[in-house]
Amino acid sequence: MRWLKQTYDWLELRLQLQAPVEDAALHPVPRNTASWWYVFGSAAFTLLLLQIATGILLAIVYVPSAANAWNSLNTLNHHLPLGWFLRAMHGWGSNFMVAVVLIHMAQVFLFGAYKFPRELTWMVGVFLLLMTLGMAFTGEVMRFDQDAYWGLGIGVSIVGRVPLIGGPLVNLMMGGPIIGGATLSRFFDLHVFVIPGTLLVLVAAHVWMVLKLGINDWPMPGRPVRRSTYMAEYHKLSHEQGFPFVPGAFWKDLIFSGAVIAAVAVCAAVFGPYGPNGQPDPTIIQTTPKPDFFFLWIYAVLAYLPPSLETPFILIVPILGIAVLLALPFYAGEGEKSWHRRPVAVLVLVTVAISFGVFTHLGTFTPWSPIMDAWSSDTVPTKFLHNLSPVERQGAVVFQAKQCRNCHSLGGIGGLRGPALDDVATRLTEDQLIRQVLQGGGNMPAYGKNLSPPEVTALVKFLVTLHPPSQLPATNAAGQATAHLSPLSSPTGTAKQ
Amino acid sequence: MTDIVKEEQKITHDDPSVVSRRWMLLKLGVLINAAVGVAVAVPVVRYLLGPIKRKGAYNSWISLGAIDQFPIGETRLATYKNPFTDPWDGETANTACWVRRVDQTNFQVFAINCAHLGCPVRWFPQSGLFMCPCHGGVYYADGSRASGPPERGLFTYEYKVAGNELHISAGQTPTLSNEASNSLRVLNNNKGCGSCAG
Repeated sequence: MRWLKQTYDWLELRLQLQAPVEDAALHPVPRNTASWWYVFGSAAFTLLLLQIATGILLAIVYVPSAANAWNSLNTLNHHLPLGWFLRAMHGWGSNFMVAVVLIHMAQVFLFGAYKFPRELTWMVGVFLLLMTLGMAFTGEVMRFDQDAYWGLGIGVSIVGRVPLIGGPLVNLMMGGPIIGGATLSRFFDLHVFVIPGTLLVLVAAHVWMVLKLGINDWPMPGRPVRRSTYMAEYHKLSHEQGFPFVPGAFWKDLIFSGAVIAAVAVCAAVFGPYGPNGQPDPTIIQTTPKPDFFFLWIYAVLAYLPPSLETPFILIVPILGIAVLLALPFYAGEGEKSWHRRPVAVLVLVTVAISFGVFTHLGTFTPWSPIMDAWSSDTVPTKFLHNLSPVERQGAVVFQAKQCRNCHSLGGIGGLRGPALDDVATRLTEDQLIRQVLQGGGNMPAYGKNLSPPEVTALVKFLVTLHPPSQLPATNAAGQATAHLSPLSSPTGTAKQ
Repeated sequence: MTDIVKEEQKITHDDPSVVSRRWMLLKLGVLINAAVGVAVAVPVVRYLLGPIKRKGAYNSWISLGAIDQFPIGETRLATYKNPFTDPWDGETANTACWVRRVDQTNFQVFAINCAHLGCPVRWFPQSGLFMCPCHGGVYYADGSRASGPPERGLFTYEYKVAGNELHISAGQTPTLSNEASNSLRVLNNNKGCGSCAG
C-alpha cells in the first residue's frame, strides 16, 4: 500500500485538489437538511451522469442520418448484444431524469428554497429544467421514427405561427425546406453538443452556489427569511448546531441515487427500449403520431384551444410561464418558507400538479381525435338493432358507412370526438336530428353534400330509436303542445325492447 | 506570490503612468480580440442562416404523373420526391399530397399536412371528409375547414397540366407562415359553405 500513498502524494503535490474537495465535502450544514426530502437534486445529477455515459455508448453505433438512423436503432435493438438494454437505459433514464427534476423543483418551491440568498440558484434551476425538457424533446427526435418525424412536424407548425419571421425560422429549424437529413443533423448537434454543454456549465454553477450558500434549512413556521438577518441565522444553524455534509447528509443522497439508477435498470430490463416504431417515411400516412409522456399534456392542451386563441397562446404563454418562474424569487424573496404559512403556494402547486395529471391522462387516450377505423372495425351493438324496421336498420348501415362512428360512440365503443349517441333521441327531436346531420354545427361537419335524401331519412329514423326503453324520445313541445302530456302515450317510432 | 501582488498594488497605487500604460495595453488586447471575434463571428452567422431563402426559392414544378391516374370526381394520394434533397435524406425526401380531380381540366392538390399542426390528414371517400389523427381537425372534400382546431382549410398547391401530366409547384413543408400556394389562384369558390348544402 506504500506505493499507493506515494502515488497519491505525487499527484496531490501537483493537482492540489485535496483542500477544495475536503472543503466541499466537509462544509457544515444544518442538521435538519439531512432529510429524505433533500435527495432529488443529487439524484438528478446522478441521472445526468447516467445519460451522458449511456449516450456516449449509444453514439458508438447510432448513425445521425435521416436515411440510416432508423436502421441503426434497429441494429442496436436486434443485432448487437444488449444494445436494446443500453437504449432502454437511456430512454428510461430520460424519463426518470425529467420526473426527478420536476419533483426536485416542486420540493424546492414548497420548501421556499428559492428565497434569499438562493434566488440565482433557483433561476439557474429554471434553465436547467428547460434544458432537461430540451434534451427530452431532441432525444425523441433522435429516435427517428414516425412519432419523431411528425413530432418535428408539430414543432415546425408551431414555429411557423410566429409572426413576421415564422417562415425563415421554420427553414432554420429544419435546415432546409423539408424535414430530412439536415433536420436530424442539427437536432443531433443540439442533443449531443449544445444542450449537454450548456447543461453541464449550468449544473456547475448550480452546485457551486449550493456549496457556497449552503443547503436550504428545513422551513419552520414563524421563522421568516429577512435579508438583514438570514445569513447570520443560517451560519448559526450550520456552523454551531450543524454537522459536516459528509457523511451526515450525504449517505441519504448516495442511497437514493443508487436506488434510482437501480430503478432505471429494472424498468429498462422489464419494459425494454422505446421503439423505434414505424419508419420515418412521410408517405406512410396510416400513422397516429404521439409525443412522449412528458409532452402529452402540451399535446392535449393544443387540442382544446379554440382556433382564434391558439397562436397567441402557443407563442405567449410559455414565455410568460418562464418569466413568472424567473421572477418568483424577486416577488417572494423574503418571508415565510414553511408550507404551513404559504397556502397560495401550496394551492398553486396542487393546481399545476392536477392540471398536469389531467391533461397527461387525456393525452394518453386523445378523446378529441376521430378513431380512424371505428367505422369499419367496430360493430353496432345488437341491443340497438332489436325490433328495428328495415329503414331504421338501413340507417344503422348508413351510420357505419358514413364514418359517424369515428367520432360518435355507441355502447361505449367508437370515437369520443362528438357526444355518445346511445340516447341521442332524448336530446334532439327528429327535426333537430335532420338539421344537425345536414348542416352540422357545434364542431360537427355538415353531411348535406355526402348523404342522399333516402340516406338522411334512414339515418335519422335510426337515430330516433336511440333512447333508453324507460325514457321517451324528445318531442317538439311547441308543435305538439298536448299530444304527449300523458306519460302513458307511446312515442312515435318504434320503441326498443 | 502574495508579495508580488502586494508590490504591484503599491506601484500601481503610487504611479498613475505605469497604471495607465498597463491598463491601456490590456484594453488594446481586449479590443483586438473583440475585432477578431466579430470578424470570425460574421461568417459563422452567415453559415448558420444558410437554410433561409427568400419566399418561393425552394419551390419548383414537380410532376405527379399522368392525369389519367386521377379519376374525375375522386381524391387520390400522390407522392413525389422533393426537389431539394440531400443523398442522406433517405425516405424523408418523399412527400405525399392529395389530388382531387374536380372535372376534366380542374384539379385541387392539397398538402398532406393538417393546417393545425402539420400531421398527415387522411381522406375518407365515404363521408367525403379529410380527418387528422392528431387533434381531430376535419376538412370537406374541397379542402375547406369542417371542424376541429384548424383555423383555415387545407394548404393547396398551385398546379398546371402540362401535356398529359399534372404538375404542382412545391418543395417546402407548408406552414401557416409559408402556405403552399403563393398566389391566390385557388380553385374552390365555395369555401366553408358546408352549411348551405343539403
